[in-house]
Amino acid sequence: MKVFRILKRNIRDAFKSVFRNFSLSIASITCSTITLILVAIAILVSANVNNATSELKKDLTIEVFLETDIDSSDVDTIRDKIIGLNNIKEENVTYISGEEWKNELQNESDDLEAILDTLETNPLRDSFEVTVEDVTQLASTTKQINEIEGVFEAKYGEGKAERFIAMFDIIEKVTIIIVGSLVLVTIFLISNTIKLTIFSRRNEIEIMRLVGTPNLVIRLPFLFEGFILGIIGSLIPALLTIYGYILVYDKMDGYIYSNIISLIKPVNLVFYVALSVMALGAVVGMFGSYRAARKYLKI
Amino acid sequence: MKFIEIKNCYKVYPNGVTAIADLNLSINKGDFVFVIGHSGSGKSSLIKMLYREEKPTKGEVIVGGVNISKLKNRNVYKLRRKLGIVFQDFKLLPKLTVYENVAFALEAMGLKNNEIKPKVIKALERVGLKEKIRSFPNQLSGGEQQRVCIARAIVNEPKLLICDEPTGNLDPETSKEIMKVIETINKEMETTIIMATHDREIVNRMKKRVVVIENGVLVGDHLKGSYKANESV
Ligand SMILES: Nc1ncnc2c1ncn2[C@@H]1O[C@H](COP(=O)(O)OP(=O)(O)O)[C@@H](O)[C@H]1O
Ligand SMILES: [Mg+2]
Repeated sequence: MKVFRILKRNIRDAFKSVFRNFSLSIASITCSTITLILVAIAILVSANVNNATSELKKDLTIEVFLETDIDSSDVDTIRDKIIGLNNIKEENVTYISGEEWKNELQNESDDLEAILDTLETNPLRDSFEVTVEDVTQLASTTKQINEIEGVFEAKYGEGKAERFIAMFDIIEKVTIIIVGSLVLVTIFLISNTIKLTIFSRRNEIEIMRLVGTPNLVIRLPFLFEGFILGIIGSLIPALLTIYGYILVYDKMDGYIYSNIISLIKPVNLVFYVALSVMALGAVVGMFGSYRAARKYLKI
Repeated sequence: MKFIEIKNCYKVYPNGVTAIADLNLSINKGDFVFVIGHSGSGKSSLIKMLYREEKPTKGEVIVGGVNISKLKNRNVYKLRRKLGIVFQDFKLLPKLTVYENVAFALEAMGLKNNEIKPKVIKALERVGLKEKIRSFPNQLSGGEQQRVCIARAIVNEPKLLICDEPTGNLDPETSKEIMKVIETINKEMETTIIMATHDREIVNRMKKRVVVIENGVLVGDHLKGSYKANESV
């Protein structure tokens, strides 16, 4: 009961001081709102990009073209050598003969059929299509395949996915730096708001200490104030996360572009992100007030 | 074991000022002790170590058998609940009534309202302010405000009342009244009183134990003492 009473008074006092230091409170809340909106966007984008790149990565294959002057036993030897590399599993190596390829192309377009028919020999080489286990080793695995005897040329993708991944890596790093600095600014602003409260109540605090109030009880209302500032600052970002993402998802029919790369379904994801954003707001708020309490509450 | 024992105590502030040097002092339960000395002689520093606002740089301060120089910051409140403190400036909360100001001390200890009320009324009776219970501090005279502070200090019936120049802001007539209140508390509640002052008239009239400090050093300790010429302030 006593705990409940103390809690009630703390919450009331905290709300009171949020309004007493209105302009600084608004500054803190605005800053944490902006920060948290960025955090939410960053999380949502990065979740989707990770999802998309893992889909893209599945399509990253090495195409291995063989020399034209080899027979089927050579093909088997080459296949065994490719499978022998440690980044490759047997079931991920598919043989496509030049003949098969030619047929496929001929079926696909009449023009191609006409061109291919005029040629006496098949210009298309026999090849393997290879998917690797670890995409980050793609380049070195390709190089190893290139060194196998009887291999004319091994090459992978057009580099689109790779470039996309690399670019997103940079964007991700820049975002982390921006969000990190904004978090620091928010902590600083909240801590300054709390500092004002501490100063405006310093007589009361002095008397509390004199008459034997435990330090924790003295600190509590300030921690609450930071908590409340952080939570208020996270409300708009949380709502924006939920409604904004659902809106975007509906507008885009669930796809980023073409229907190969899909967006992550909103339900669950948006709730997790909204909760994380609120938790982050609360933590940042309490961290700010902890800093102020450490610095300005000389207890 | 004495109620208060100060052994080989030093207080050196971070700026290098030695406020108390090698001070030894013991005080019995129920004693009334004046601490006198020039301004800047170290009275407040000594007093602050008694309620653990300052830690001695060296030596021990023992109150009621507890070595409070070793007390951790987070446990200081336990000591504060067992003693009352009165200052020259009154340290009342202007937005609270007389009653609420006194009750504040008990609320800080987590007492329930029905426990608080009789104690507050009794403390205000002791200082003769029962009829001003609903007044706000700015509606009271200086002497009355100081009496509210005394009521707040004794509301939990502490064994020790520490006063740092409680009459410093008051005229002689009002000072006399305040001293009467403090003396009554000493007699009726058997509260140990330690009072820093440089009010010559009060000390000479009361004929209590007088401890003299000069430049942080204890230079005199007289039972039924008074201000002497060579200890002039
Ligand atoms: N917090 C402090 N920091 C540094 N010096 C202090 C501090 N408090 C007091 N002093 C110095 O210690 C000496 C004793 O001061 P004080 O104990 O307040 O004396 P008194 O109460 O007798 O006037 C003075 O020289 C004063 O300037
Ligand atoms: Mg002093």
